[in-house]
Amino acid sequence: MTQASPVAPAPEVGSRATGGLPVGALAIETEGLTKRFGQQVAVGGINLAVPSGAVFGFLGPNGSGKTTSIRMLLGLTQATSGAIRVLGESMPARLHEVLPRVGALVEGPAFYPFLSGDANLRRLDTADPHASRRTRSIRVASALERVGLSHAAGKKVGAYSLGMKQRLGIANALLQPRDLLVLDEPTNGLDPQGTREVRSLVRSLAAEGTTVFVSSHLLAEVEQMCTHAAVMSAGNIVAQGTLTELREVGETRVRVRTPDAGTAERVLAGLGLTPVSTPHGEDEQPWVTAPLAGRATEPELIVNALVAAGVRIRGFSIEEPSLEERFVALTGEGFDVVQ
Amino acid sequence: MSSSDLAVKPARRTGARRGLGLDLLGSELSVLFRRRRTWAMLVAVALIPILLAVAVRLSSDALAPGEGPPFLDRVTQNGLFTGFTAMVVAIPLFLPLTIGVVAGDTIAGEAGQGTLRYLLVAPAGRVRLLLVKYIGAAAFSLVATLTLMLAGILIGVALFPVGPVTLLSGDVISVPESLLRSLLVASYVTVSLLGLSAIGLFISTLTDVPVGAMAATIVVSVVAQILDVLPQLSWLHPWLFSHYWLGFAELLSQPLDFTSFGANALVQAAYIAVFGALAYSRFATKDILS
Repeated sequence: MTQASPVAPAPEVGSRATGGLPVGALAIETEGLTKRFGQQVAVGGINLAVPSGAVFGFLGPNGSGKTTSIRMLLGLTQATSGAIRVLGESMPARLHEVLPRVGALVEGPAFYPFLSGDANLRRLDTADPHASRRTRSIRVASALERVGLSHAAGKKVGAYSLGMKQRLGIANALLQPRDLLVLDEPTNGLDPQGTREVRSLVRSLAAEGTTVFVSSHLLAEVEQMCTHAAVMSAGNIVAQGTLTELREVGETRVRVRTPDAGTAERVLAGLGLTPVSTPHGEDEQPWVTAPLAGRATEPELIVNALVAAGVRIRGFSIEEPSLEERFVALTGEGFDVVQ
Repeated sequence: MSSSDLAVKPARRTGARRGLGLDLLGSELSVLFRRRRTWAMLVAVALIPILLAVAVRLSSDALAPGEGPPFLDRVTQNGLFTGFTAMVVAIPLFLPLTIGVVAGDTIAGEAGQGTLRYLLVAPAGRVRLLLVKYIGAAAFSLVATLTLMLAGILIGVALFPVGPVTLLSGDVISVPESLLRSLLVASYVTVSLLGLSAIGLFISTLTDVPVGAMAATIVVSVVAQILDVLPQLSWLHPWLFSHYWLGFAELLSQPLDFTSFGANALVQAAYIAVFGALAYSRFATKDILS
């Protein structure tokens, strides 16, 4: 994290108008937003609260309902129930007033393969009735430049690589100055260099006062560019808040590697902790783990007590809570796509 | 990606001005007529009168009147008939086929490609998009029939004698007037295809697979023509969108008779109203999942 503070937006943001909304207002707000496809519940009554000016990470494994939620936010699909407000206006009732202020990349880029990158952006720009014809060329050119595609502007999109299409998709979201950007998996298909570029682009947009709502299944990505996040799992939001708040929910733990697991557990229990031995393989030493939940037990005191009891310590560590553990705890591990 | 703010930032939109969507219509037409597929279809349409004229020119046997498609025997006497003959040949199958491709592709093509979601998020507006797409399909009908007529006249002039045209009624009209009649026939055929275009637009809102919508539209046009020749269904015939397709012959009589033109226009308008409404009701609330 290179940002000054992960919680509050950078200082200069606060002084800027954030999308015509008062600072602290919500750019996106949902209440019990639900989408059912037949019997299957894709999104089960979520309450999103995206503060204006935030870079908001919408995190969750594949199939957890992120894209379905985004489609409802943008008026592409109808919610089964629940209410949506985007930029302070009700959606989809005020769609024609809201969407010109929103740039979006939804479920990957899509373009006319037989048209050039430049012609594709012009085509999509004409679809916005508010877009001025007079400034179209200059807006298209600057959007292309902003994503580093000026050199390929005249090339047919059919000949673009996936990464180039992804950049063009982001350029499309930037055709107008936007109050809100909704980016669904913006770094898909990008190489590490492109991923870094997207991150710095998102930061610079946020510095201009744009609220950025970015979905991802990659925790590292969210950790590196977001100020806030919500975690989706099986169609529900299981955690939401600033990154700091999300981290705090986790717990600091002490881990001891020793062949004398039984003794170690007794010692730790004697210190008021609740130790757990983790199963181990044939050649491995067992780990004894105990949460330090808020307790100010000094690590050196724990080590002293263990040594005094004759526990052979082969490894000792204090583990800070990580977002990754929290994420895995919330969404489960492995490749099982949630049904 | 330069993170520095090199981008020229136009003034914030006032939000007051909202275009009628003429830009989108212009863009739609330009995309439609820039596609290689559209050009291929127009070339194929133009080839119909050319093949027909060349075949007639090369065959030594003079055709007896009434043999082959209507007007075919007249082509050798007057090149200006080539366009009419080609129109008769093309309207049952080939023109509906091209309309099926264009109209079936309207919404389903954008959906299949994924661009539909970006058009709607822009926001193009669902009603406006439907209108623009329909006008695009109608413009294609016009261009296709004009192409056919123009190619027919040009090849006819090149291969056959040209002079005052003897009409079915026996009256003779001048060359300029016969060109006017050609335009009338082309507009008759264009109008004839508008109902089918509306059906294609509706079918196109039902699926994300453009080929399916195209095939279904073409099948509908074939079925309508089959129903039109079953005498048991004669009560249904005036209601079929294909019923008046070949009725333009009366535009080649003297004095000009617009009965068929009017009846045809009425049937087509009814189809546009019904299938336009169906397309609207389907598309206005459709979940865009593509």
